[in-house]
Amino acid sequence: MLKIVVCVKAVPDPKEAQKIKIDPVTKTLMRCDVPLVLNLMDKNAMEAALQLKEQLDAHITVLSMGPPPAGNIVKECLALGADRGCLLTDQAFGGADAYATAYTLAKGIEQIGEYDVVLCGMASSDGSTEWVGPQIATFLKIPVVTRVKELVEYGGQWWKVKAGMENGYRLVQVKLPTVLTVSRELNTPRTLSFSGIIKARKKEIAEWGINQLGLLEETVGQKGSPTIVSNLDSIASRRTVEIISGTREEKAEQLVKKLADAGVI
Amino acid sequence: MIDFTFTEEQEMFRKAAREFAETRVAPKVPEMEETGKASKEVVKAMVEAEMTALTIPEEYGGLGLGYTARLIAVEEVSKVSVATGMMLQVFALGIEPILQFGSEEQKKRFLPALAKGERLAGTAVTEATGGSDPTGIRSTYKKDGDDYILNGRKCFITNSHIGDTITILARDEEDPKAFSTFIMEKGMEGFKATHEENKVGMRGCNTGELAYENCRVPQENLLGAEGKGIRVALGAIGEVGRGGMVGCALGLQAACLEASVKFANERILYGKPISRLQTIQNKLADMKIDLEAGFLLGYRAAAMQDKGERCSNEFAAAKYFTTEAAQRAAKMAVDIHGGYGCMEECAVSRYLRDSFVLGPSAGTSDIMKVIVARWALS
Repeated sequence: MLKIVVCVKAVPDPKEAQKIKIDPVTKTLMRCDVPLVLNLMDKNAMEAALQLKEQLDAHITVLSMGPPPAGNIVKECLALGADRGCLLTDQAFGGADAYATAYTLAKGIEQIGEYDVVLCGMASSDGSTEWVGPQIATFLKIPVVTRVKELVEYGGQWWKVKAGMENGYRLVQVKLPTVLTVSRELNTPRTLSFSGIIKARKKEIAEWGINQLGLLEETVGQKGSPTIVSNLDSIASRRTVEIISGTREEKAEQLVKKLADAGVI
Repeated sequence: MIDFTFTEEQEMFRKAAREFAETRVAPKVPEMEETGKASKEVVKAMVEAEMTALTIPEEYGGLGLGYTARLIAVEEVSKVSVATGMMLQVFALGIEPILQFGSEEQKKRFLPALAKGERLAGTAVTEATGGSDPTGIRSTYKKDGDDYILNGRKCFITNSHIGDTITILARDEEDPKAFSTFIMEKGMEGFKATHEENKVGMRGCNTGELAYENCRVPQENLLGAEGKGIRVALGAIGEVGRGGMVGCALGLQAACLEASVKFANERILYGKPISRLQTIQNKLADMKIDLEAGFLLGYRAAAMQDKGERCSNEFAAAKYFTTEAAQRAAKMAVDIHGGYGCMEECAVSRYLRDSFVLGPSAGTSDIMKVIVARWALS
């Protein structure tokens, strides 16, 4: 049986992004007023797992790290069709950067036990570093393919995947176990179903803290994070209107120059 | 202490319904507005999303989620398309008489197919001579051996042309004071959907006439006791029908408020967004207060319904308040949008047209006041 672990993150709802403020002292995001939702690209990772399960004999475990409300997104993944949920939650995990997050998730994956494929969204809509997937692979000492946009061959010990690049794609052959970070091109995620929600009633979510994972406080959360945020600023975007005058040719010339100056063309 | 919070599961139902509406219904709204007809794709999508199974118990192939979950679904779908919300609400309205008054044999015969969406449901009471006063109807039945022969016409029936299993009310030809309800099935000889209405609003929802001429209906399709049909029809309309309209109205109110807030924050007048003008804020506040109040009225009644308590009076009050509030909200939304609000491509113009169809459906506001007054005086 193919053992799949899908790593998911609860992020502030992008539709409510205007409500997110920056703490002027700690330089962290103040998002307590913003509802948490399943990160968009993690939905693609989840969909990939579900499609694999439909075609192969597979078992899906969903793993997330976050405060207790993040359990809702794990529950959502169970409703989508995952078999088991694990939430890594502990006050000590708070304030983790990508490195500490990846370390804790890797320890969570080891706690889960057997795994063949670890699927992650390529990036989160809040941090957007694209680091967590590769760092999980590093901690687990297994290969990683990033920006996967198509699973070409799968089912055996060696998988072939298309991974996006700026001007094309790489065709990569990778041996299991592996971490794959996926892009939005990979699939169209399914939506929640009422019967899926009902089936999720019987599925449990395991909650593991620092003690259950056997970790030291200085290796997790803010204490285990080498990243120092020196500053964060809110950027206000405003629309301006400028009327270009002149002959038709002059107007076209000015428009092209202004677009070029603005870096649009 | 009263708990006003939804359960985690109910929040997830809301999310599921919202995702369904945004991904499967929203793209079809322009087409439905253009044609004035129900979209086959939307109906198929509703079936695939198990929307037809919400109130049917699990033992009959449904989801058994009850009426709060059903109100959540209708509300969320109506935020995107009131017409689709209306179709959805009438599926449950058509199912309810069988749930409440059907024999075990009838439940086993009809409910599984209705849950799967293989057949679609509706309820037909209104005629040219009676709707709010069902005793004014002229459709008749008479016993003929083990069967009944039905004659008459129904008008303004939601899902008239897309429905397959429709509960209708008729009066005894020989005893004008006796009314009975029958489960009519598409394909019965003499039973057909005729004229299809072209409504000013809720254009994507099928509304039309049904006719039955010397239509032979077997005894096993009699729903409830013979002569007790008013109770069957009005029992479903009073709670499920009005509850569904509350969902449609709440969805429309929320859509009006959301569109108005967005526009008011973007529209610049006197060098600042119009949302900073007190006169606009006043309208937004009125819409928000109406929405909050309607929400409490509607969900309180649905919670009572889930407990098995009688709630037709509570739903009458909620139906009156929310449908009137939806009309106010749509008018204010159009006002806030100024000239844009008068353009067909601007959603609030659709909201205004839709809001006027909410009032008469499942009983006018005047009829709701009659019921509420009777409740107050009792």
